[in-house]
This record gives sequence, C-alpha cells and structure tokens, in this order.
Amino acid sequence: MKRKHKRLTFVGLALLLIAAAAALTLSAFEESIVFFHSPTDIVTKPVVPDKRLRLGGLVEQGSVKKLGDAVVTFRVTDMANAVDVSYRGILPDLFREGQGVVTEGTYAAGVFTADEVLAKHDENYMPPEVADALKKSGKWNDMSNEMKKQGHVSGGGAQ
Amino acid sequence: MIAEAGHFALTLALFVAIVQATLPMIGAHRGNALWMSMDKPTAIAQLLLVTFAFGCLTYSHVVSDFSVVNVVQNSHSLKPMLYKVSGVWGNHEGSLLLWVFILAAFGSAVAMFGDNLPPTLRARVLGVQAMIAVGFFLFMLLTSNPFERVFPAAMDGRDLNPLLQDPGLAFHPPFLYLGYVGFSMAFSFAIAALIEGRVDAAWARWVRPWTLAAWSFLTIGIGLGSWWAYYELGWGGWWFWDPVENASFMPWLAGTALLHSAIVVEKRDTMKTWTIFLAILAFSMSLLGTFLVRSGVLTSVHAFATDPERGVFILLLLMIVIGGSLALFAMRGPSLRSTGVFKPISREGGLLLNNLVMSTGCAVVLLGTLYPLFLDAVGGGKVSVGPPFFNSVFIPLMIPMFMAMGFGPVLSWKRSDLVQACLRLKVAFMVTGLACAAFLALIDQGPFLAILGLGLAVWLFVATFVELAERIKLFKEPIGSSFARLLRQPRASWGMTLAHLGMAIVIAGMAGAGGWKVESIQVMTPGETVNVAGYDYKFIGARQGQGPNYTIIAGEFEVTQGGKHVATLKPEKRNYPVRQMPTTEAAIHTLFTGDLYAVIGDPDGSNGGFVTRLYFNPLIVWMWAGSLIMAFGAAVSISDRRYRIGAPAKRKIQNAAQAKV
Repeated sequence: MKRKHKRLTFVGLALLLIAAAAALTLSAFEESIVFFHSPTDIVTKPVVPDKRLRLGGLVEQGSVKKLGDAVVTFRVTDMANAVDVSYRGILPDLFREGQGVVTEGTYAAGVFTADEVLAKHDENYMPPEVADALKKSGKWNDMSNEMKKQGHVSGGGAQ
Repeated sequence: MIAEAGHFALTLALFVAIVQATLPMIGAHRGNALWMSMDKPTAIAQLLLVTFAFGCLTYSHVVSDFSVVNVVQNSHSLKPMLYKVSGVWGNHEGSLLLWVFILAAFGSAVAMFGDNLPPTLRARVLGVQAMIAVGFFLFMLLTSNPFERVFPAAMDGRDLNPLLQDPGLAFHPPFLYLGYVGFSMAFSFAIAALIEGRVDAAWARWVRPWTLAAWSFLTIGIGLGSWWAYYELGWGGWWFWDPVENASFMPWLAGTALLHSAIVVEKRDTMKTWTIFLAILAFSMSLLGTFLVRSGVLTSVHAFATDPERGVFILLLLMIVIGGSLALFAMRGPSLRSTGVFKPISREGGLLLNNLVMSTGCAVVLLGTLYPLFLDAVGGGKVSVGPPFFNSVFIPLMIPMFMAMGFGPVLSWKRSDLVQACLRLKVAFMVTGLACAAFLALIDQGPFLAILGLGLAVWLFVATFVELAERIKLFKEPIGSSFARLLRQPRASWGMTLAHLGMAIVIAGMAGAGGWKVESIQVMTPGETVNVAGYDYKFIGARQGQGPNYTIIAGEFEVTQGGKHVATLKPEKRNYPVRQMPTTEAAIHTLFTGDLYAVIGDPDGSNGGFVTRLYFNPLIVWMWAGSLIMAFGAAVSISDRRYRIGAPAKRKIQNAAQAKV
C-alpha cells in the first residue's frame, strides 16, 4: 500500500468512527434528554404523562410531610405556582424547606413522582435553573440577599 | 503580618513569572544565551515565592487566624488538624494557590533536571509554563485573593463544608490538580516544539514521563473522587456522568490518547502533528474542567456555590490558551515532518485506533456535557443530559477498543499480520470462551452488557498475560531462562502490562457493579431483619453521640449469611452545628465478591423506626483496586532508565525499538 493509500485508510476509518459516534449520539439524545420545568411551566403548559422531566424551584415552607414507609411529600414552588411532589427514599442531606431543589421524575394527575432528588454539596448553592425560574416568575427580587449572593459569601468547594 | 507576607510573595511571583515568560522566549528567538539562561533562576524563584505564599496560607489555617477571610469561611477552631490543613485547598482561593504551586513545582523540575535539554527548547518550555502561571496569578490577585483580611476579626470560623471533612476528599484535590497541571508540561513542550518547528524522538522521551506522571495522578484523583462519592454521599453510586465528573474525565481520555501516541513519536518518528494536537487538547480539557467546576454554569450534583465573575475570567483565560495554541498549531503543525510509515495492521495502527477511540470518546463526553449550555444559549430550553445518553454512546465505543486492546501489544511495528496475532493469542481466546460459557451457565439473570463486560475483562486480562508470557518465552525455553528474561524486561513494558491488567480489573468492577447491584429502601424498627442479595441485615438500633465538631446518630446492623456472622455495620448521620449541615457516613464492609453497604436516614414513625438504605454492590471495589494498579503501572513506566539518560547510544535505540512498550 502506498503512503497515500495508508493515509486514506486511516482517514476513512476515522470518519467511520466519528459517523458511528454521531449516529449513536443522535439516537441517544432523542430519549435521554430531560427537560427542565418550573412549577409554572407544569401548571400552565400540558405535560406528556410518564415522560421524564426535571422540576426545580424552592421547597415550600411547611410543606414537607413524612407519610411513613420512607415516603415524603413536599411542594416545589417558584412563588407563583406550586406542584406536589412525592418521593420515596432518603432525602439528600441538604434538602431543606425554603431552599432550592431540583427533582427528576414523571408528572401525572397533579402529582410529580420523583425518583431522584438532586443533592448538592453546599448549603448556599442555588441551581442556575432554579434561579432562572424564580426570575421568570418575577419573584427573584423577593429572595433574601443572602441567597442571591450565594458564592460571594461562601467559600465554595474543593473540586 | 503572615497573610500580608503571603500576598506580597504572590505578587512578587507574578512579576517573576512575567520575566520568565518573556526574557527566555526572546532570548531563544534571538539566540541570546544570557537571556535564555534566565529561565532556570526565575523558575526556581517562582517556586520559592509560591511555596512561601502557600506556607503562609497554611500557617493561617493551622493557627486559626480568624482575621483572614479565607480562614473564617472555611475553618473552625474545633476542626481536627487534618482538615485544618486540607481546608487550605478545600476552597476556591486556596485550591487556586495549590494549582499555581504545583505549576511552579513542575516548572522548577524542568529547570533543575533539564540540563540535557537543548537550551532553546528548555527556555521556551519554561517560557510557556510561565505564561500559564501569569494567567493564574492574575486570576488570583484580581478575583480570588486568599489573603484578604476581615476587620474586625471574627470570633470563630464558619467551618469547612462538612462534606469535605473527609480523608478521601482531603487528598482528592491535590491529586486531581497534579494531573490537570501535569498536562501543562506536555502542553508547554508541544508549544515549544511548534515554535522550534522540530519534534523528534528525544522530544517524545521528554514529554512521555511528564504525561505518564500527570495521567497517573489524574487516575488516582478521579478514583479518590468517585470513591468519596460512593461512601460519603450515601447513594451507593460511583459515577453519575455529572458535568463535574465529566470535567475530570475528559482530560483523562485526552491524556490516555496522548501517552499512547507519544510512544509512536518516540519509537517510530511518526504521528507527530497528532501528538502535538493531543498535548494541546489534554491541557485545554484540564482548563475547561476548571472552568466548568469553578464557574457553576452547569447544574451539577457536585456543585458548590460559585461566583459568575470568576467564571468569566477563566473563560477568557480558556479562550486565550486554546485559541492561541490552536492558531499556532494551524500555522506550524503542517510543517512537522514524519518519516515512519506503517500499515493499518501494526503496532502503530493499534495505538492509532486507541487514539481515535479515546478522542472520539472525549468528543462525545464534551458534547453531552456542553449540550445543555448550547441549547440554552440558542433558546432551546433548559435540559439535562444524563447517564442514558453517556451509557448508550460511550459503552459501545469502548467495547471494540477493549477487544482491540488485547491485540495491540502482540502486533509488531510497521506491519503485522492479524492471523498471526490471533494464533499467538489462541490461549487467550480459549480461556475467554470458557469463561464466557461459564458466566452464561452460572449467572441466570443480569443484563447482557454486564456479562459482556465480564467477558471483555477476562479477555483483556488473559491476553495481557499471554503477551507477557510470549515476551519472556515462557514454556518455550527452560523456566529459569524465562525468569531471567522476565527480570530483564524494561520498566516501560512492565508499566504497560500492569496498566492493561489494571484496566481489565476496572472493567470487571464496572460490569459487576453496573449489572448486579441490589438496592433496598425501607423503614426498619430495632430487631427487624431485611434480606439483601442473600445477606440478612438485622437492625439493632440507633444511638446518639458526639464527635469533635459534630453530633452523631449511629445505627447498627448485624449482617449474617445463612446464620453465620459476616459483619457489623455502623452507618452514621452527622450534624455539623456551625453550618447546620448534616452529612451521611455510609458503613461499608468489603468482601472479595462485593460490598455490603448500609445508610441510615431520618427517624420514621413512633416506634424507633429509621429509614434505611441497604445495598449489595458486587465487585465494586475492583474498580478502585484496578485504578490503583493502572496508576502504579504508569509510575513503573516513568522509572524506565531511558528517561533518565540523555541522547541514547545507537545500540540502545535499537533495543528500544525492539522492546515492547
């Protein structure tokens, strides 16, 4: 094989690999992208039942109830609307009323059934989507300065 | 005074770095030996100054000087000494100081041990190193000064984030940074080579140990991080394809490709342009990782509070480094001449395949990680890309590579024969076939992918051994002579064998933990027993206790199998009053076949019940054992004597060309 042919073989092989990766990527994206919803989105727009989505906002004050058998219910709010959430399992260490939370699961018949409540490593951390949802609902300015400033006062983490 | 001295040293270090970034570079360009020779003293001066600054910050933390903001926010007088020290880098400002400290240390190492480098190359390498350092010094001094004072001094500190008060995480950042910053060496050598317009075997011999060291540290760093997530977060998981995790994985993939392609440059004088590109890529990915973690642009389960301003600064730094180096690469890269030619089926071909898969994998991870940012920027909505995407793309990419990984080392340089290679590996084929048949017969359920994973692990493990046996002519010569050959194997080949064996063990661990994990969540009252994967967990009860700076609720489980005692597990829930933050301490008992894992949650119900989470994680510890073996393999390879000698004599070149890497 000539040098040119050799090079062509490799270029071809590389293209094949990249094409395969792209094809796999595209087919994977179809089903594995999870869209973020604010409580207002869920209340005002139709939601496909049993499609996985993320719901984020603040945990409403006084809404956390333990129903026994490790089931917890709470309401996630963006201060304009609120959605009931049900979750079975151990809540992350930093789950608290009045703080930002992101949950993943499905929505049907007025209840969001979460199978994942995203933990965070720092009590001052506010997920960017939650901050945006609050800004959209026009309630961002009601938030305490402490929460808005987050990182300015906190040391942050090690990674 | 100590903090001010540290601040002053840091500012001084910036100026030294500016001198180091300019004089030697100009000197190398003009052939001015005096200017070039400035590289060594400035590099060492920079290290001394940064060491001093680092010492100052450490001192402030150790003596709990609460007039320093950094100490107030991340320390507490009651905190154990280990975490007072690890708290130095357990925060944004301190971790940057650690970053520049490591950068300066690597630079000085080149200055001190680089006497056998051509003077112009050394001057340029250290010049590029200093340019990176200037960027980070500016970043620290302008946005993240660790020595800032607070007046009046605080009475006590706010304590370090309790999740970080953990031995695994105390050492995770230094290792990760040693890896990230280690790739800056390969980067500096690549840029210097582009400026010089010359890449040869000697260059590759210089780059490889640095790359191996960085890769080895990064492997340990990622391993420590995932181990920490496994036992400290209490989810029983070890890898979530989270942006912050991906941020450390991308440089690892690029670095793996780099250390394999550098072999080809050293041994066969080809694939030069590609190797330079990978060196740029590996360090760019390290910087991108720093940006993703420090800027908080992506929602991550591992996210800490961040400051957007800092994100913008790192982004700027990122664009200058990546844009600048790629522009230089585009201008000078094509002029690098390669002499070696090879056929697709050859050692070079195998290494190239590794490179293609690794860089494609890196691109896939990059795409999945940044996709939410792109989509959000074009107004496509907020999304998250989770494990299903990465698993369905990444795993199919890796399967053919693990298959090929068995073949690579038995192929000869330049041209080889696939049939011949198969014949040499016939023992490996037979063992793998038998093992797969046994798996299918013995394991009646479980995902196909996990069984395939176990099969691949066996294949890679045995093929690596068969290759070693071939190399020492086992059973073809008297055993004593084979043993003598074994001892004479160059360290670099030992490194390859160990790293590939380690990889096989990692694959087995991932397949086991991914395929047969058993999870059980329930409320348990004292005396109650739950069976998980054949083990009976009896909940004895929970009691309260007190640690140095936290309170404890400690649960107790007795684990038995068929009535025989296996282990007593004592998971804890800790509460740190200063930050009002609870943490979970999972209790883990490691068996050869898997981990028994218990977590205690909140009280539930009136009769002393607690929410508990019990897991059986099969083979999971193999993953970390395998990573350690891989990292050790890299360390063995670094100790190869040819990296410690200058230009090798002719006979040695021939030997090196014959030796298997």
